[in-house]
Amino acid sequence: MKQLLILSGKGGTGKTTIASAFIKLANAKAYADCDVDAPNLHLIMNQKSDARITDYFGMSKAAIDSSSCTRCGLCQSNCRFEAIKFSKENGYSIDAYACEGCGVCEAICPARAVTLKASIAGELRLYLNDIIFSTAQLKMGSGTSGKLVTEVKNQLKESPANIDLAIIDGSPGIGCPVIASLSGIDMVLIVAEPSISGISDMERIISTADKFKLRTAVCINKYNTNLQNTEHIIKYCQRYHIPFTGRIPYDTKAVEAINGGYSIVDIDCSSGEAAKSVYKKTMSLLFDCLGEKNVN
Amino acid sequence: MRIAIPVNEDSMKTTICVSFGRTPYFMIYDTETKDTKFLSNQAAASQGGAGIKAAQMIIDNHAEALLTPRCGENAAEVFKAADIKIYQTKEDRLDHNIQAFEKGELSLLNEIHPGFHNHGGN
Amino acid sequence: MKIAVLSGKGGTGKTLVSVNLASVAEHSVYIDCDVEEPNGHLFFKPKEIKTENVSVWIPFADEKRCNGCRTCVDFCKFNALAYIKDHLFVFDEVCHSCGGCVLLCPQEALSETPKKIGEIKKGSSDHVTVISGILNPGEASGAPIIKSLLSSPSEDSLYTFIDCPPGSACVVMESIKDADYCVLVAEPTIFGVHNLAMVHELVKLFDKPYGVVLNKCFKGFNPAEQFCLENKIKILGRIPFDNQLGTVNSEARIASKEIKRYKDLFTDLLLTISEEA
Repeated sequence: MKQLLILSGKGGTGKTTIASAFIKLANAKAYADCDVDAPNLHLIMNQKSDARITDYFGMSKAAIDSSSCTRCGLCQSNCRFEAIKFSKENGYSIDAYACEGCGVCEAICPARAVTLKASIAGELRLYLNDIIFSTAQLKMGSGTSGKLVTEVKNQLKESPANIDLAIIDGSPGIGCPVIASLSGIDMVLIVAEPSISGISDMERIISTADKFKLRTAVCINKYNTNLQNTEHIIKYCQRYHIPFTGRIPYDTKAVEAINGGYSIVDIDCSSGEAAKSVYKKTMSLLFDCLGEKNVN
Repeated sequence: MRIAIPVNEDSMKTTICVSFGRTPYFMIYDTETKDTKFLSNQAAASQGGAGIKAAQMIIDNHAEALLTPRCGENAAEVFKAADIKIYQTKEDRLDHNIQAFEKGELSLLNEIHPGFHNHGGN
Repeated sequence: MKIAVLSGKGGTGKTLVSVNLASVAEHSVYIDCDVEEPNGHLFFKPKEIKTENVSVWIPFADEKRCNGCRTCVDFCKFNALAYIKDHLFVFDEVCHSCGGCVLLCPQEALSETPKKIGEIKKGSSDHVTVISGILNPGEASGAPIIKSLLSSPSEDSLYTFIDCPPGSACVVMESIKDADYCVLVAEPTIFGVHNLAMVHELVKLFDKPYGVVLNKCFKGFNPAEQFCLENKIKILGRIPFDNQLGTVNSEARIASKEIKRYKDLFTDLLLTISEEA
């Protein structure tokens, strides 16, 4: 099964808009939303059945038993994450949001009043009918978003063997959840925005994907918001031999479609038409075993 | 020679797992005595560094070679330090791969993938 | 007064709002906590930049003292340590720098060495002090950089604007921890509202006073506005969807400096926020 991951670096460039269009065009039977912090794909991909929900246990968190605690304060002075608070009334307690589950407090407590306990950090959702759609929601304020992303990708393993394509909607940034989403990917499509910020962020995500030696292609969304920057991105791709799979215009009809719960290829609009061309070029790269060509 | 293989179930009918660090079980097989042992992989539940922990466990169980479809750079570093060779498996049939290894038909794993930084790969 | 600007969803206009508010305020500080993809400095183009490295502590063993007891290997919750052939291996990308192994080693064989994960750049642009954090690509978490950014000695200024990362995970929490007021920036799409709901929960959890700025407003139904009305959330201001604004912003130019109606809009917004906070 070939896996295409859609990333962007900068937020708000159109990953989910484009991912949903591609899923519809490919009639893809397997897709996933790896933006576990702020998942959106399910708002467009209407599902026929309910999801199978699984609790996600992130890192363990410490808890202090105040009846055993002697208030020596060793836990607090050794905690590097400022996760231990003190009040006269309640003594020492753990700030669960700051706790990283390192276990130093548990190990160092002379009264054995601290223990690490598993804690629910989110929820995995799997839709499995004639398609497989894996997504999740991280509980707000949680860490280990990367591990949850890995679980989202693992859920895709339940796809039947005959499925040849999975489309994965990624998250913004270059950190944890992005790095975790990169494992097992056959190609990354970067959705770039033609703004100075968008270009700067695009370069950083390309550099991140490069560290993992992954095939990368670039497309531009909302290209007509700045033609000069669009040209700049195209030249950048040429210079660094990064395949360019096309450009999509900004389109008010796209917003209407999304707000109505449709993808841009479900209605008649300029962004939808352009997306079809980007889709074709991206797919021919993904399934081409003979090596990359610089497609303009 | 004792070899380690990441497998999906703890029975001889099992198939080889696509992941190394987060495989549910490891099979330790002795090519001379034909002894077989299944180890539950404690590393699979780790928040991160699963490959490292799994590699440590395999070394502690005195395996001399690893048969796997993939391996991350951290675990590979551990195996290199322990002089344990890593061979690349072909498809997921357990018996085929063991036979291929015994005949010297499996090649060494060349593509080591980068670590997934605390977030596990698959 | 510390004002955090956040949104949940990416691309809604956090940087637009925080950069322009910092620009219309007299003598302000702008802190860019989106250390994975910092953008504020592109608008301010700060001068006289001083750079500071941000590092985390990574353990290493004194081989003469280490006797292979493996207390550290067994303790490490992140599996960052392995003991092979009489040598301790440290995997620094998975190490969380908790210091536990160093503390617990019975032979006192472990010490720590710094590893650079990013930088903080401080400069100035007119009357704005611009402080940006930047994470090196390949590093997993910018949380230590954000902690460092926000613990910098406070400048003598009336306003500090904190440009937060997208999402609502640990790095966002870190960014709003010490804020006096939170400005939530929303865009009129169902995606935007979905994520707005999450940061709304977050600011309530942290007991922060907050209000919403509606960005990219156009005629027609605005789901974000609807959300605010339903949840009785104060709407601080509205920024129209405007091609001119879009163009200026896409060229990393500060709209409130170049276009009078935006200077007025952001000045009014700042006034409203000061009254609310």
